[in-house]
Amino acid sequence: MSDTAEPIRFVAKNMRLDLRLIADMIPPGAKVLDIGCGDGVLLEHLTREKNADARGIEIDMAQATAAVAQGLAVIHGDADNDLAFYPDDAFDYVVLSRTIHAVEKPREVLRQMLRIGRHAIVSFPNFGHWEVRMKLLLTGRMPMTETWGRPWHETPNIHPCTMLDFFDLCAADGYTVERWLAVDERGLKAPWERSVRLANLFGEQALFQLRRTVRD
Amino acid sequence: MTQASPIPTDPAATAPAEPATPELLHQGITFPEGLALDCGAVIAPMTVAYRTYGTLNADHSNAVMVCHALTGDQYVAEPHPITGKPGWWEAVVGPGKPVDTDRFFVICANVLGGCMGSSGPREEKPGAGGQPWGTDFPSITIRDMVRAQKMLVDRLGIARLLAVIGGSMGGMQVLEWAATFPDMVFAAAPIATAPHHSAQNIAFDEVGRAAIHADPDWMAGRYWEDGRIPARGLSVARMMAHITYLSEQALSRKFGRRLRGASALTFLEDVFEVESYLRHQGSTFVNRFDANSYLTITRAMDYFDLSAEHGGNLAAAFKGTRTRFFVASFDSDWLFPTSESRALVRALNAAAANVSFVEIASDKGHDAFLLHEPEFHAALGGFLRGAAERAGL
Repeated sequence: MSDTAEPIRFVAKNMRLDLRLIADMIPPGAKVLDIGCGDGVLLEHLTREKNADARGIEIDMAQATAAVAQGLAVIHGDADNDLAFYPDDAFDYVVLSRTIHAVEKPREVLRQMLRIGRHAIVSFPNFGHWEVRMKLLLTGRMPMTETWGRPWHETPNIHPCTMLDFFDLCAADGYTVERWLAVDERGLKAPWERSVRLANLFGEQALFQLRRTVRD
Repeated sequence: MTQASPIPTDPAATAPAEPATPELLHQGITFPEGLALDCGAVIAPMTVAYRTYGTLNADHSNAVMVCHALTGDQYVAEPHPITGKPGWWEAVVGPGKPVDTDRFFVICANVLGGCMGSSGPREEKPGAGGQPWGTDFPSITIRDMVRAQKMLVDRLGIARLLAVIGGSMGGMQVLEWAATFPDMVFAAAPIATAPHHSAQNIAFDEVGRAAIHADPDWMAGRYWEDGRIPARGLSVARMMAHITYLSEQALSRKFGRRLRGASALTFLEDVFEVESYLRHQGSTFVNRFDANSYLTITRAMDYFDLSAEHGGNLAAAFKGTRTRFFVASFDSDWLFPTSESRALVRALNAAAANVSFVEIASDKGHDAFLLHEPEFHAALGGFLRGAAERAGL
């Protein structure tokens, strides 16, 4: 277990600011599941500051063990295989931070998130960012940027998408976008709140809060 | 390490347990009313032998029950009275250890059916003129063991256990505690265990029982009458079981193909080191364990199937539970493999329980839960500290 490759996560250095934005979206006392919770930074914050009932799933054993050793309710598992076992509406919020592009079946994972949770919070790196577009256009090769830092044959990020793509999936699968944000690399809100197209061009990270439009 | 604890007990009902062997006297409580078993029989009076470590706090909220495995006993954190060896879980239980006896009041009871002072085949059968129960001792279940422990906990004046912890068969008791008395269990740590005994594990147990039955000294279970013990059969059972507690890697690392007292095969009286080790394990075991107890307890493990007790739905065993769970497995454990712990975790998730789960990397097989495993100890200790904090300790 311990000798597997790096966990599916591509930028950790901005995690705190990114997670702070997510934490701000979650009301006090909420029941939260954080998928890909790492060593439990967000869980710890939500438990201490918001008195939340916060639980986590982490694919990397060392990180999961570190989280459990802090007294956090974290299981070793992954988004593709473990969500199906939770009952409907088990959580108020299900969080998937910078992971959806790396799972095997993003659409199914999203479906499960909005089955077991009343709201889903999803963040991912925006493949529509101008730098990505420009690199592909000018070099004719898979874009390598600060965010997309690994060559195509090594990246765990197997399902990249743009903000517009994500809006389309939400519409197709019956999810209401309650909030959306474009976020820059430092995890700060980018000022593109009125235009999705501009956000899709200039936002490095995307952050969405969803709910089911109609009950399945 | 062991402290006298200020426990309010009824002196009239508290009597020392019957000694397992003449020279041994175990601390225990005898319940004259006895216990009605799952099989329909009643054991009355019923004795629970136990040890405690640490001090029970004023509001009795810091008690941790440790449940022992098949061949363990209540001497969890002090030298064993027969072998003189350190307590079987001194790596985990003690001052400053993950189960910190400076903070928690730790209780460990000899299981019902055991042979270290609790009611079991070696203890005197009531009304039998001083004869032991022997093979007349009724069939017991893991739930019976837990009911006996619950009587002890009630008697000690503890309304809710901060945690119930145990590995292997001890983990089965933890699960049964959480399923049967959910309001008495704030936190539960089933370790290296499974919600039922697998066909493979039942098969191994049956080989062990067959070895005991095949020993002429077993005398159909009445070996004590002639002052014998079925040492060969019990020893073979232990040797075989011991292999299942280890892993191929651990055996290779510890023994390889090395010979005792020779560097090359002579084809005469060669003894591989692993043989010698197993023989030692077998021969020392018979001095401290009763064959009829071994038969009784392995049967109890074989009977264990928590989901069958709940209509075939494991999640139903934990429906509405408010207990916090910590599940841990070890990746080289093939007796209680991770897949069984994961099935348990998924059932707990289906019951919307608060659960932590880690699979610890170790090459030590099933025995890893007893040994020096710092990651495991950090995770268990952290879980307990977190639980204590949530419980307001």
